[in-house]
Amino acid sequence: MIPSSPSSPSAASSGAAADVLKPEQAYFAFLAQGRFMIQRSRSSGEHVFYPRVAAPRTGALDLEWVPASGDGIVHATTVVRRKPPEPAFNVALVELAEGPRMMSRVEGVAPQDVRIGMAVKARIDTVDGKPLVVFDVVQ
Amino acid sequence: MSEDRFPRGRTAIVSTATYGMGEAPGLSSIDLAVSASVRALGAVGLAPSDVDGLFIALPDDFLSGLTFAEYLGITPRVTDNNRTGGSAFLTHCMWAALALEAGQCDVALVAYGSNQRSAAGGLVSAMRPTAYEGPYRLPRPVGAYALATSRYMHQYGLRREQLGAVAIAARQWAGLNPDAFMREPLGMDEYLASRLVCDPLSVRDCCLVTDGAAALVMTRADRARDLSRRPVYILGNAASTHHRDITSMPDLTTTAAAISGPRAMAQAGVTPRDIDVVEVYDAFTINTLLFLEDLGFCAKGEAGAFVEGGRIAPGGELAVNTNGGGLSCVHPGMYGLFTVVEATQQLQGTAGARQVEGARLAVAHGNGGELSSQATMVLGTEETL
Repeated sequence: MIPSSPSSPSAASSGAAADVLKPEQAYFAFLAQGRFMIQRSRSSGEHVFYPRVAAPRTGALDLEWVPASGDGIVHATTVVRRKPPEPAFNVALVELAEGPRMMSRVEGVAPQDVRIGMAVKARIDTVDGKPLVVFDVVQ
Repeated sequence: MSEDRFPRGRTAIVSTATYGMGEAPGLSSIDLAVSASVRALGAVGLAPSDVDGLFIALPDDFLSGLTFAEYLGITPRVTDNNRTGGSAFLTHCMWAALALEAGQCDVALVAYGSNQRSAAGGLVSAMRPTAYEGPYRLPRPVGAYALATSRYMHQYGLRREQLGAVAIAARQWAGLNPDAFMREPLGMDEYLASRLVCDPLSVRDCCLVTDGAAALVMTRADRARDLSRRPVYILGNAASTHHRDITSMPDLTTTAAAISGPRAMAQAGVTPRDIDVVEVYDAFTINTLLFLEDLGFCAKGEAGAFVEGGRIAPGGELAVNTNGGGLSCVHPGMYGLFTVVEATQQLQGTAGARQVEGARLAVAHGNGGELSSQATMVLGTEETL
């Protein structure tokens, strides 16, 4: 099912299969539409990533999809070295402005020039025909 | 939480064995685990049929408890093949102690074996990347530990030379251990020049890929004295975890060892200052630093300075990873059980050239996943009861 609106079907209605929150499918379907969406628990207001069927700690079944601002800060970074001539590449953990951390990579600078604390902005790239969130350095 | 009760000193390790350390071509993981097990049992006059508590986790067999029982034709009353990564074996010892104390079993065997060097030629990980992380192609587990190291360097100003001090100390201990896989000396220049894998970690920051097996036998304390001249008593044993993937680690510089360690030591009634020998799961050099801090041997952020000047090397102030560790002795996929075997040998006084004189209290610490699952044991000689 391709989600058509930012709000998911109510998690409280657990009957019909179409109403069941399918975190991974929904996340990637949103991305395919060009929308970077994360979850938020209605009761606590806490943002959640990666997508789940229940909120961590509380177990609340009230996760709804909300647009991510795309703003983030590099929290940790590494350069993955490959056998030449294959180029090295970056993998970073990015702390989203909403709170959760996600794994991604920072593009537009050499992998070894990615620094912890850098402000970065999300962009939806396409890798092997699939949408993927990457980050650019905010100048 | 309810009171943290543990049957301090009421169970003991009576025998340990290793087998196929380094390379053991032609043997499967279960062949290796059995080879270590029958030797550990035989050394104290026991047979597989005496085992009524079986604790095992093989890297390539999710039903290894069943496989092992079938292989040796035994019918244990307690079979546990829980897997929390490389820390699993220390949780096995914890459950074995509780099961022995409760009368659920009388002879507990904890076993592990892997042929990953001969069979796969590389580290075989049970971790599968999620759909959210797989596309970024982080080599795991090394990349996850590299990310944690980057964060630690950022927060505490750690230098590569301080990671190097961990690798060099491990190699010096390995030089005293005839069973260790890499025994030739490692110098700082060589360390610093070694090939980067995932910055800031180089190949010399990474554990070995070897074959190998280990096993230990536990009984209640009263029987232990009949079986062994020098039983090693379980004084405390606790485990904790708060994530699987490095991305979800609450603080990349503090592991759940900060929970399991203090719990195990409180159960044992000891403090880090009392400990003579420390065996921690050094899958990567950063592990040793994090665990020395989280287990309370130094303050957060100070481990880099703590390990300099040969302080954890042979002849240093604190004996750490006296067999050479996963970095230089043996690392057959999951190293956890080898920390307990080495701690036991040190307390039994059978560690040869690497023996820490007068060792009475040891800490063994296991790590699983990506700094995820932590399990700590405090072991002691009869004098510590």
